[in-house]
Amino acid sequence: MAVVFEKPKALTDKVFHYCPGCTHGIIHRLVAEVIDELGIQGKTVGIASVGCSVMAYDYFDIDMVQAAHGRAPAVATGVKRANPENIVFTYQGDGDLAAIGTAETVHSAARGENITVIFVNNAIYGMTGGQMAPTSLPGQITQTSPYGRDTSKVGFPLKVCELLSNVDGAAYLERVAVNNVKNVKAAKKAIKKAFTYQTEGKGFSLIEVVSTCPTNWGLAPQKALDWLEENMIPYYPLGVYKDKYAQED
Amino acid sequence: MSEKVLMKGNEALAEAAIMAGCRHYLGYPITPQTEIAAYMAKRMPKVDGTFLQAESEIAAINMVIGVAAAGKRAMTSSSSPGISLKGEGLSYLAGCDLPAFVVNVQRGGPGLGGIQPSQSDYFQATRGTSHGDYHMLVLAPDSVQEMVSMTFKGFDLADKYRMTVMLLADGTMGQMMEPVSLDMGEVTQYEKPWAVTGTKCERKQNIVNSLFLKPEELERKNFERYEKYKAVEENEVMYEEYMMEDAEICIVAFGIAARISKNAIDMARAKGIKVGMLRPITLWPFPKKELRAVADKVKSFVSVELSMGQLIEDVRLATECTKPVLLCNRTGGMIMTPEEVLAKIEEANEGGKN
Repeated sequence: MAVVFEKPKALTDKVFHYCPGCTHGIIHRLVAEVIDELGIQGKTVGIASVGCSVMAYDYFDIDMVQAAHGRAPAVATGVKRANPENIVFTYQGDGDLAAIGTAETVHSAARGENITVIFVNNAIYGMTGGQMAPTSLPGQITQTSPYGRDTSKVGFPLKVCELLSNVDGAAYLERVAVNNVKNVKAAKKAIKKAFTYQTEGKGFSLIEVVSTCPTNWGLAPQKALDWLEENMIPYYPLGVYKDKYAQED
Repeated sequence: MSEKVLMKGNEALAEAAIMAGCRHYLGYPITPQTEIAAYMAKRMPKVDGTFLQAESEIAAINMVIGVAAAGKRAMTSSSSPGISLKGEGLSYLAGCDLPAFVVNVQRGGPGLGGIQPSQSDYFQATRGTSHGDYHMLVLAPDSVQEMVSMTFKGFDLADKYRMTVMLLADGTMGQMMEPVSLDMGEVTQYEKPWAVTGTKCERKQNIVNSLFLKPEELERKNFERYEKYKAVEENEVMYEEYMMEDAEICIVAFGIAARISKNAIDMARAKGIKVGMLRPITLWPFPKKELRAVADKVKSFVSVELSMGQLIEDVRLATECTKPVLLCNRTGGMIMTPEEVLAKIEEANEGGKN
């Protein structure tokens, strides 16, 4: 019988702890498929961050480091500088990357560090139970913005791709989503390009994946996908924000 | 090359790190240790090494974590306020059982404090700088020569025990120039089968991690780590005795305070006072047994330190409060004169109490 679908080699057999309808599973799979397709499983080192994906080291069948909250790009910098032949990526959520780790994010990009950042933006702190994130939308109700995010008091969400597009050291920035088949395919293409750039020594790349959190959004999985489409994508438009090497393609 | 060269403490330390096989220096500017970074910026490119000025102390220590996890010798250096920022990373280094070499060229505190020499980070260094049950191995040189030898040894101890070794110097040690020999011998290489270097699809994945959500597992990890610390306490205590053979008063001091105390001891001896010194070179592990034995022979101790009285607590603990321990201290960047130490020795000699 012909095998038409199987688990990527770069994933372990461990059952994901993610909530039903959470898109981390899709994103993990896309990263693992890319690692398989590029044949880099044996030389890839992943950096897990703090948040829902803190235990990513249990799911990716590669060498992994678990980093302190927000510090994954700094740890990745150390790993990559120590062994430049390794392919090094971080996997971070919005609180980790765009709040506590903003400095590490911006400066690893500014250095043009030859690493790949997978940034999962679901506009909320998932692991701690649904607090307001740096990317929570204006008016969004969370545990720490129970009356909706009031921009007059707590300011506005950070648009990471737009912000980093002004950083000279960044090579490739794209925002994708995983809410439908078309977007999932585009997301995989972007992730593959980011890893490929690293193998070619082209420098810093970040793929922002607009994602859902059904549990903390208080929505059923399908409703969460609809909410993403109706609310997040208009605020966080998908597309390529920077590609230093676009002409070469 | 056994001939001696005249070097500044900070630069001698940096060269010793390179001789110890360190090829990754990650730092952030702060006075009074900037010479280390400046020296590394010049030297590292010549030995195919990495000098990287990070965006913060926090980033620098996390880069050290990355290099160490990847199996290479890594170091960072800073001064007091910067070490506070590195605290988070120091706890993760311990939790991940990673080797690292960290230098604190202390300045006065708290807060931004000053930039003059101090020893007021003694508690910070010896009690675990940040959260969790852990220790660092803390080395306290008292000369430029020891800045070199303790750096060389520090890298070895870090790899041997898979833990952070902190070299606790002060502004004086960093800035002063003395003749040093850089002849340190061979570097011992350690196997690091746990390092994240890529599986090459030939072995099981390596995970460098400090997260253990099951309390039974975390407790077991902590007990195991303390077995390692026990071995360090048994095997790695270093100290120097100065004129202790017939001493009735024992000074305890480290670093620059020990240098000043030697002068004071010579002055007191000229006056016929039987005083000596036990100088801890490792502040953790602390020479507890040795001090306890000394307590049975002397009538009192004097803790000479550049802080409001931090070392003195370890002296009292080690001696089980069996003899009075007097405090001779300056702080905030001020340094005691040998005469001030002499006055305290005389007070102790006349039966001075705690």
